[in-house]
Amino acid sequence: MSMLTVSGVHTFYGRIEALRGVDVTVEEGEIVTLIGANGAGKSTLLMTICGNPRAAAGRIAFDGREITSLPTHNIVRRGIAQSPEGRRIFPFMTVLENLQMGASVVDPAHFQEDVDRVFTLYPILKERRHQRGGTLSGGEQQMLAIGRALMSRPRLLLLDEPSLGLAPLLVKQIFSVIADINKTQKMTVFLVEQNAYHALRLAHRGYVMANGQIVLSGTGQELLANPEIRAAYLEGGHG
Amino acid sequence: MAPPSGTTTILPPLDRRAVLKESAYIAIFVFALAFGLVGFKTEDVPGGLEIVTRFGQVFVAALVAFVGRLGMILLREQRPVPVLWGSAAFAAVMLALLIGNLAAPAADLTRYLPFGSVVINWLVTLLAVVFFGRAVWVLRHRSRAVTAGREAVMDRVAARVQRSARVIGPLLLGIAIVFPFLPVADRWLLDIAILVATYIMLGWGLNIVVGLAGLLDLGYVAFYAVGAYSYALLATYFDLGFWVCLPFAGIMAAFAGILLGFPVLRLRGDYLAIVTLGFGEMIRVILLNWYKFTKGPDGISGIPRPSFFGLPFTRNPPDGSESFHSFFGLEYSPLDRIIFLYYLIIALALVTNFFTLRIRKLPVGRAWEALREDETACRSIGINPRNTKLTAFAIGAMFGGFGGSFFATRQGFISPESFTFIESAIILAVVVLGGMGSQIGVAFAAVILIGLPEFFRELQQYRMLAFGAAMVMIMVWRPRGLLAHREPTIRLFPQGPPVKEPKT
Repeated sequence: MSMLTVSGVHTFYGRIEALRGVDVTVEEGEIVTLIGANGAGKSTLLMTICGNPRAAAGRIAFDGREITSLPTHNIVRRGIAQSPEGRRIFPFMTVLENLQMGASVVDPAHFQEDVDRVFTLYPILKERRHQRGGTLSGGEQQMLAIGRALMSRPRLLLLDEPSLGLAPLLVKQIFSVIADINKTQKMTVFLVEQNAYHALRLAHRGYVMANGQIVLSGTGQELLANPEIRAAYLEGGHG
Repeated sequence: MAPPSGTTTILPPLDRRAVLKESAYIAIFVFALAFGLVGFKTEDVPGGLEIVTRFGQVFVAALVAFVGRLGMILLREQRPVPVLWGSAAFAAVMLALLIGNLAAPAADLTRYLPFGSVVINWLVTLLAVVFFGRAVWVLRHRSRAVTAGREAVMDRVAARVQRSARVIGPLLLGIAIVFPFLPVADRWLLDIAILVATYIMLGWGLNIVVGLAGLLDLGYVAFYAVGAYSYALLATYFDLGFWVCLPFAGIMAAFAGILLGFPVLRLRGDYLAIVTLGFGEMIRVILLNWYKFTKGPDGISGIPRPSFFGLPFTRNPPDGSESFHSFFGLEYSPLDRIIFLYYLIIALALVTNFFTLRIRKLPVGRAWEALREDETACRSIGINPRNTKLTAFAIGAMFGGFGGSFFATRQGFISPESFTFIESAIILAVVVLGGMGSQIGVAFAAVILIGLPEFFRELQQYRMLAFGAAMVMIMVWRPRGLLAHREPTIRLFPQGPPVKEPKT
């Protein structure tokens, strides 16, 4: 049984149909990436999994239990953590406070251990722990957003464009940490990305989205080698 | 007005014409304003009203404005020396006259003072002292960018005040506790202190909703009204005492808060503000029109006064019972009740403050703060925004209800007229000007905004100008509030001390 099953999901923004029957599965322990152009519906799918907005039709199941109509905060409690688009850290709270907020849904007894784990992944956050979130650089804010998501001890981590607006070196670093979390903590990751090259190299499997539908899927290597993908998403830039 | 010798900084030459023009503009502006407001006054004379003219005062006001503006320009243009001497001389003369007048009222020194009002004379003197201090500061920091420096300095001061709240708080509390026994504390000052403390408490209560949870509430007076009427009605219908009714009033107000909270859960910012505004008016209109229950515009009178653990503050207790003064063997004094009311409101305010400080460190308080910063992010980390908002409304409202009960017992009479929108606006102003979320800032703002206008009583209807002026000045100098500096909190853990230095 797959960890996450999205089947036939339609999502509307008002009268605009942003998702037109999407099927995606994520197996335990995998890194699965979703790539596609701007406005293809990638973030919408990720948000729909989190219940905001709700799917108008179709079914989303996590660990075999349906979560389609649960409110967002209960979905988080089930073990799905999200690092939302645009990072959305709390700018007036310190790094440590941000991490504490991330641990809202878990037993505070784990806090010390979890904070240490995040600080091992991102030592820079430890240095900055008493600094306000808003004063961090873009890369540090992204690390904090991922760290905050990890604090809820999720089983599935949803990442929305973690490379957005970051320098190439930082992108590499962010992605290598994602690989690290996957390997050492056995974390299942669902990654929405525009940076197709890095995402596909990292991921076990990938989906390609266009106009609210999945148009292609395969292993990361297959997709990287696919001439259509190369032409549409990879040529001129990252390759 | 050449730059004083001995400086190495090269100053751009002063355009004298522009300087005089700017000062003259201000003088003309003040003249035009004061002509109508100050120039004419109606006075009661036998047989009707008479118009008295006070054009001398108008000219003096314009002149003071001219000189003041000139001084400001000179300071801005880094030429502090003339301001230094001028303000020192002016302040010295004014102080001599004012103090001389206090010491020997018979000498009639007031005719040498520029203004008819003692308060304004003191204020102008104070301004001269401020100019003097500013000139000294400019003289010592000649080469630095003045405005930027001031901002940074004020920010640092604000941060320091916040951080030293541990010291300042108890100090202010100490002053507040001994205040009624100071020789200066007469009935009038005590009444003002009670009023200020009431607004401090309401400000702290509203601070939970606006400052911590970031929900702009323009109808806070509704909860104040619910608290006041809960107590008044329970007391008059069922003959219950203040202490029994106080928790009920808080609970009723909290329910009103939840009632308001439900429909506005999905609203933010301006829209939320409009609905809360409407809610405040609704409560008032209901109180006004439900005549059979609330006596409508007639109000409720004869609300029982609070007692000291059952001992009333009356001169002649009914036969067979004791009152406060006879029980303690004291001389009867009408001030006893006022002092008791004063301590009562101080205690209520302290409870509010302690509660807020404590809850900020607990998960629910932190969720409020997170909600203020980013609601979407809150959802994504598993916080339930509905419950979080409702608790903020309910708890904020509860303290409003406590404040209302106090108001009812203090006044002995309430009517819907006491609960108009302007009350909400004033409480909100106290919170915003104090610096949202800052406890000590709210206290300062309440003292300035509520206390100050009381000292301008002799200006009659224009005293609210002091309120407006204080508001404008705070917003110009401290746009984010007097003490806009958030101290990080560390959550309290059930198993022990907070995490400060995580080990790796």
